[in-house]
Amino acid sequence: MQLAVLGGFVVAGMAPLLHRWFGARTPMLMALLPASLTLWLLWQWPTIIAGNVLLLEWAWVPGLDITLTFLIDGLAWLFAMLISVIGALVLVYSGDYLRGHQDLPRFLVVITAFMMSMLGLVLADNLVTLFVFWELTSITSYLLIGFNHTDLAARKAALQGLIVTAGGGLALLAGFVMLAVAGGSWSLSELITQGEVLREHSLYTALLICVLIGAFTKSAQFPFHFWLPNAMAAPTPVSAYLHSATMVKAGIYLLARLHPALGGTDTWVISLSLVGALTMATGAFLAIQHTHIKKMLAYSTIMALGTLTMLLGIGTQGALVAFVVFLLAHSLYKGALFMVAGILDHATGTKDVTAMGGLRHAMPLTAAAACIAALSLAGLPPLLGFVGKELMFESVLEASHYQGVILILAFIAAFLTLAVAVIVALRPFFGPRRETPKTPHEAPPAMLIAPVLLAELSLLLGLVPALLDGLVAAVVTGISLGEVRGVKLSLWHGINLPLLLSLASLAAGVLVFRYWHALRARLARLEPIMARGPEAGYEALMRGLVNVAEWQTRLLQNGYIRNYLVMTLLVFLGLVGHALVFRHSPNIALSIDVYFHEAVAAGLMVSGAIVACVMRSRLAAVAALGVMGFSIALTFVLFSAPDLAITQLLVETLTVILLVLVLFRSPRFADLSTPVERLRDLVVAVLTGGLTTLLMLAVLNGERLPRISDYMVANSQPLGHGHNIVNVILVDFRALDTLGEMFVLALAAMGVYAMLRFHVVDYDARHPPTPRENTDD
Amino acid sequence: MIRSGTLILNVTARLLLPLQLLFSVFLLLRGHDEPGGGFIAGLVGAGAFVLYLFAYGRASLHAMLKVTPQDLVGAGLLLGICSTLPAWWYGEPFFTAHWWTVPIIGFKASTTLIFDIGVYLTVLGSVLTAITSLVRTDQEEHRDSAEEVPWNR
Repeated sequence: MQLAVLGGFVVAGMAPLLHRWFGARTPMLMALLPASLTLWLLWQWPTIIAGNVLLLEWAWVPGLDITLTFLIDGLAWLFAMLISVIGALVLVYSGDYLRGHQDLPRFLVVITAFMMSMLGLVLADNLVTLFVFWELTSITSYLLIGFNHTDLAARKAALQGLIVTAGGGLALLAGFVMLAVAGGSWSLSELITQGEVLREHSLYTALLICVLIGAFTKSAQFPFHFWLPNAMAAPTPVSAYLHSATMVKAGIYLLARLHPALGGTDTWVISLSLVGALTMATGAFLAIQHTHIKKMLAYSTIMALGTLTMLLGIGTQGALVAFVVFLLAHSLYKGALFMVAGILDHATGTKDVTAMGGLRHAMPLTAAAACIAALSLAGLPPLLGFVGKELMFESVLEASHYQGVILILAFIAAFLTLAVAVIVALRPFFGPRRETPKTPHEAPPAMLIAPVLLAELSLLLGLVPALLDGLVAAVVTGISLGEVRGVKLSLWHGINLPLLLSLASLAAGVLVFRYWHALRARLARLEPIMARGPEAGYEALMRGLVNVAEWQTRLLQNGYIRNYLVMTLLVFLGLVGHALVFRHSPNIALSIDVYFHEAVAAGLMVSGAIVACVMRSRLAAVAALGVMGFSIALTFVLFSAPDLAITQLLVETLTVILLVLVLFRSPRFADLSTPVERLRDLVVAVLTGGLTTLLMLAVLNGERLPRISDYMVANSQPLGHGHNIVNVILVDFRALDTLGEMFVLALAAMGVYAMLRFHVVDYDARHPPTPRENTDD
Repeated sequence: MIRSGTLILNVTARLLLPLQLLFSVFLLLRGHDEPGGGFIAGLVGAGAFVLYLFAYGRASLHAMLKVTPQDLVGAGLLLGICSTLPAWWYGEPFFTAHWWTVPIIGFKASTTLIFDIGVYLTVLGSVLTAITSLVRTDQEEHRDSAEEVPWNR
């Protein structure tokens, strides 16, 4: 499985190549990858249903407790299945949706990479691995939202999504670290058995808040919900996949996964059920204000995500069963509806629901799929959505805290959602025929197969919900706090309070639909209040950030290298000086015991430094610095460190070349600093030199820690098969550090390149300049 | 600013380049047991190309290298990552080294050598990227003298 997921990234990278060979058939070909994963998962079905947990172990960095172990239980299986099935369908669908688009290969690369990241996220057993995949989904999602990168709105929405989710990711990382500290393990399968310890731990509240921020930003919970509707700038297959079925559910997945470890406390129950219920009502309320079909769907997704969070908050067995059913129902109908929206956009050329009507004759199959999916969204029998909604009402009645508030919010959400479902999916197909920018036509089979299949699944599972019993029981066992008693799903629950609530919401929903236009006109008056919502807060925060950045750039990075140096050295002085004086009270004994040649080398160094300071010619100063560098190399030779000496010599040579090249471009030598400034520089320089000397003496005379070099010397040959210890350390013992340094070096080179080759001669905001072509390539 | 075409420099660069490159590869290969290694070898290699650059200009260097220095950096990073794959394949900790002996010549091949070659290419590419960006050929100098360039202000 690990091979499949990581191999999937390789396949993603090969998409452009495949596209060159197979052309328009590439998406179909790439859909084979998730399709085969689906088959593999189906093959595991009996094991999962039996309540077993598959633990596929794989070491990665055992030294840091990071493993690539995959954990497949009911919850992971359900999510992996959704990701693979909808992933395969979306790939097939996008082949036609983006047919002939010049960036189709790029789309395939990113969406496949996303798919694999998402699979890694739901399967990972290790917190660090989970976090890596979590961030990968944020990054790939950024690239997918901004797919139409020539569109300013798309770029802005992509950045907003990235900042919100990656900002939440930072909180999540902190939460994970605390979780690992409190639970004593980085492994999820171990942490979920540590529930009692974790809930009693003093870090519990802090870590819960951090984890919740991470999950809420990712899953677009109030007040972080605003990025999701904006993300609708993405192509429709992306919305269908990321913003309904998978990525936004990552936060929900995490909450469900951690429910046995962190759930059940008052903090958990109250925060999740209230935030969830509030998100639910907000989403549904905002949905009916819009006429843009994708935005309406996005807000109804927020409603669904809120419902799921709320159910996890309530946390009783009934609520968890409702959670699983609602999750599945939502993924099926919302995926289908988004794809229908894409088909409508393609066929009619508009995304405005008020501009469409009477399309059922032109596109009967699409209309059928849309109706079924919409009925499921509305929560009407005999669809799976109905089962989910009934269970949801039942569990709200079981809620232990704030039951009344939650019930009212849930009721509002239910009837508004019903209205949204009718508006989104029925209005375009029924009623009088309206003129649209394009003449509507039925979609090609590749685009139809996905929504039709998903809608039919909704219908099938709605009619025979017992098919899900085993899976739901397996999932609920995995995420529940206590024992799970038999799970039986059915369409008809008899006449009870939930059914009455459903009927009441049906009536209210129809009323909303009937007077939708009048209602929207009323709601439009609320615009000034809505403008002060969380998104305005986000905007203000970003403006503030830019202002702070500008201020600190002016202060600290004003372009004069001497200021950078002074700042850097002062910080160094402050921190190291403080630690040296107050923490270690250095014990310094000076013993002067040098040979003549050592003294000569030292003298050369000192005189080189002094000459470099007083020279008025730059070239001479560079030469003097060179003398100093070469005498350092000499010192390395004297103390038998040939590798260091060679490196020092070469670096010195290249530095001189670089300096000379830079000096040719510098303005003529002039006295820019006043005597006072020079005095300040002198003081800083002397202090830094003095402190470094003290530090060296302290290290040499201080308490001797066991020397790591002894280990290296002893093990270089037996473990590293090399006699050159320096090299063995670089490429073997400390290879990870070296790899990091390679990336730093590469980034520095790219920075130099970008700075020198793409300079902007005269920036004019109205006519942004095009980068100058390189003359040599 | 660089007067390419000076006879002595040109001849020397042409003679020294293969020797320097040979030496850099020698340093690279022997690095595991004797002083040397990817970093040092990369710097020596960069020195060789920089000499050639000064003698013949950026266009000739580019024509000889066939790829841009940035490509070298990319190749180096990729090799560095690839050297971790065998350990991963065997389910061992990240970066566990693997050794193979090439038959007949008895040469020790290893993932650390692949990694070292990655270091070599990254260093070579990074230094060359920085230096070729700084060097402006006579031709560019001529073109730029017509317009105002910000860093001359």
